[in-house]
Amino acid sequence: MSDITAPVRFTPAAPRTPPLLAAGPIGWLRANLFSSWLSTAVTLLLGYLLVRWAIGFVDWAFVKAIWSVETGADGRPQTQPCRLNREGACWAVVTENHRFILFGLYPYEEQWRPLLACVLFVGLYVVSAMRRFWRKELAIIWLITLTVIGILMWGGVFGLTYVDQERWGGLPITLILSTFGLAFAFPLAILVALGRRSSLPAIRIICVLYVELIRGVPLISLLFMASVVFPLFLPEGLNIDKLLRAQVAVILFAAAYLAEVVRGGLQALPRGQYEAADALGLSYWQKTGLIVLPQALRIVIPPLVNTFIGFFKDTSLVLIIGIYDLTNAAKTAIVEPAWVGFGPEVYLFVGTIYLVFCFAMSKYSHGLEAELNRHRRR
Amino acid sequence: MRLSWSDERFRGIVWQVLIVALVVGTIWWLWQNTTHNLRTRNIATGFDFLWREAGLPIGESLIAYSPADSYFRALLAGLLNTLKVALVGIVLATVLGTLIGIAKLSRNWLLSRVAGAYVEIIRDLPLLLQLLFWYALMQLLPGPRQALNPIEGVFLSNRGMKLPFIHWQDAHTAALLAFAAGCAGAWLYARARRAAQMRDGQPRAAWPGALVLMLGLPLAVWGAMGAPFEPDMPRLVGFNFRGGLTLTPEYAALLIGLVTYTAAFIAEIVRAGILAVNQGQWEAAQALGLPGGKTLRLVVLPQALRVIIPPLTSQFLNLTKNSSLAVAIGYPDIVSIANTTLNQTGQAIEGIAIIMLVYLTISLSISLFMNWYNAKIALVER
Repeated sequence: MSDITAPVRFTPAAPRTPPLLAAGPIGWLRANLFSSWLSTAVTLLLGYLLVRWAIGFVDWAFVKAIWSVETGADGRPQTQPCRLNREGACWAVVTENHRFILFGLYPYEEQWRPLLACVLFVGLYVVSAMRRFWRKELAIIWLITLTVIGILMWGGVFGLTYVDQERWGGLPITLILSTFGLAFAFPLAILVALGRRSSLPAIRIICVLYVELIRGVPLISLLFMASVVFPLFLPEGLNIDKLLRAQVAVILFAAAYLAEVVRGGLQALPRGQYEAADALGLSYWQKTGLIVLPQALRIVIPPLVNTFIGFFKDTSLVLIIGIYDLTNAAKTAIVEPAWVGFGPEVYLFVGTIYLVFCFAMSKYSHGLEAELNRHRRR
Repeated sequence: MRLSWSDERFRGIVWQVLIVALVVGTIWWLWQNTTHNLRTRNIATGFDFLWREAGLPIGESLIAYSPADSYFRALLAGLLNTLKVALVGIVLATVLGTLIGIAKLSRNWLLSRVAGAYVEIIRDLPLLLQLLFWYALMQLLPGPRQALNPIEGVFLSNRGMKLPFIHWQDAHTAALLAFAAGCAGAWLYARARRAAQMRDGQPRAAWPGALVLMLGLPLAVWGAMGAPFEPDMPRLVGFNFRGGLTLTPEYAALLIGLVTYTAAFIAEIVRAGILAVNQGQWEAAQALGLPGGKTLRLVVLPQALRVIIPPLTSQFLNLTKNSSLAVAIGYPDIVSIANTTLNQTGQAIEGIAIIMLVYLTISLSISLFMNWYNAKIALVER
């Protein structure tokens, strides 16, 4: 049997490199930027516009910009060079006025106090964002930090000079309005959301009316109410500061929106959880505090953060009733004749501050959403 | 029911009585304080002030208005200004938002990234700041004599934007009415055609007849009245422009701000709505042999709209409520005029009541309409 040949040894063919045009950077470009004629046209047009705008912006904001101006003999800034330089930004308006924009009319030597308050606020946000601190102790941390901030801003004790609320301004006001607003609106919102799902008709109707009335009108009308009608509501002789009145309006407004978010969480909870709690013989408050809220609030943390971003931005509306928050401080900085006409620079500066805060919150919310939904992913 | 704390119904009634008493008591206490304060300050309550002479100038108004008119007419002009910016803003924001939402889903990496960056940046900045920014930019534009003239007949200056228009005549109003009638006719016609198709299963195209009704009718009316057409071009006379259509800087800043801001939110809604339609629906439609356009129109859009409509409604409401920020840049909307009114007359409660009533009415109307539409397109299950 000579036709049995020795088995042919299998020699694998040398691996071929993937086609140059289908893999690697070129393949990526072909798939994502130049996949069709239309796509190519869009890429080229957008690329051209982006590069042109980027060059134009860098030229305006950095290359041809003026960063400082001299102070004249009369103590007024000499903004003439800025006015002649029409092609570049005049960042002098920010560098010269940054203390006013950030801290308003707070006494100049004492401005380390609002600065420290802002740092404390940011620290508070960072601590609250860490899941490790999501316990009952967090409420105590908030209480202590907010008290310290109050002492710092007002002063009058521990050798700090007293500073009236009238003189507060800038970034601390924005942070105070949004943080205190959230701290007080949140418990109220939980009560209203529970009330709206209550089986007692009178309580339900009151909560529905409250939420729908507040959500149907713009925040401005509530702020106007706080500034002109609140004083009429109170007994004679009892005067509440304008900032506090605005704060109350923000709290009432925020609570109505937060209540709807919390209600979403209550509705998302499976019925079995309520029934199981009932079967254990828990009372209404035990059921709510131990079974329902811990689960419902967890579900709504991402939308809560989004709502908080909204309030952080909405506090800028207090400008309309004349409170010096960050936006109003910027607007006021360019009222002075020397600085009239440099609005875009100031607003870009203030916008960057808002952007940093909101972008951080928004990224955090996205990350949290992904993390909390991990068990649902397959 | 037993009169005992261990009875659930009895507890419920006690709680309700307590809370209602608390709410009513608080309102009564506030009311007492208010009437007392008003009496000591000699402020008359009531809406009689509405018929007094306003004496406040309004920069732009859709109805004839002079400072000698009453407060009522001033507030009406303000309300129309609010509606003018809200309606135009809703239409433009929906168009822009849809485009950006689709761009964000594009397979072109650059386009989707640019759209994403736009949405992220716009959503992270307060609207009020954006309005102030646009208004500051408008004020930096050159004066009328050095106005920018990007296209023939369009002028940009610190007095606003000038656009060419036509001399409005009765024939144009008639054509507009005919167009409205044509739209209603086209809707009825399409309905009848669809009903006929449902009866015998024969497909019938409704668009040729609808097109004739919607375009032919107004053209015929306009032609029958002599087809008047006189362009009205803006031109520089002395120190300012004459003729043409004017967008004041306040209106332009408010409109740009509201549209770009709301479009970012609408883009996210549209994107989520399109993503919510299961990939299997596209494939099933293809398997049935439906062409691309029909797949989109008959299968995907009806399902996406169901997800899109409810949040879109709240964005329309937000845009309308946000138009109240006009007061910060001096556009005479209802809030700004009511604010001036209450400063001039001291009728604070009435002024705020008017603002709230107007917005509640607008909010409820939009909600009702959208709820009706939403119910109409909702999924019919069993």
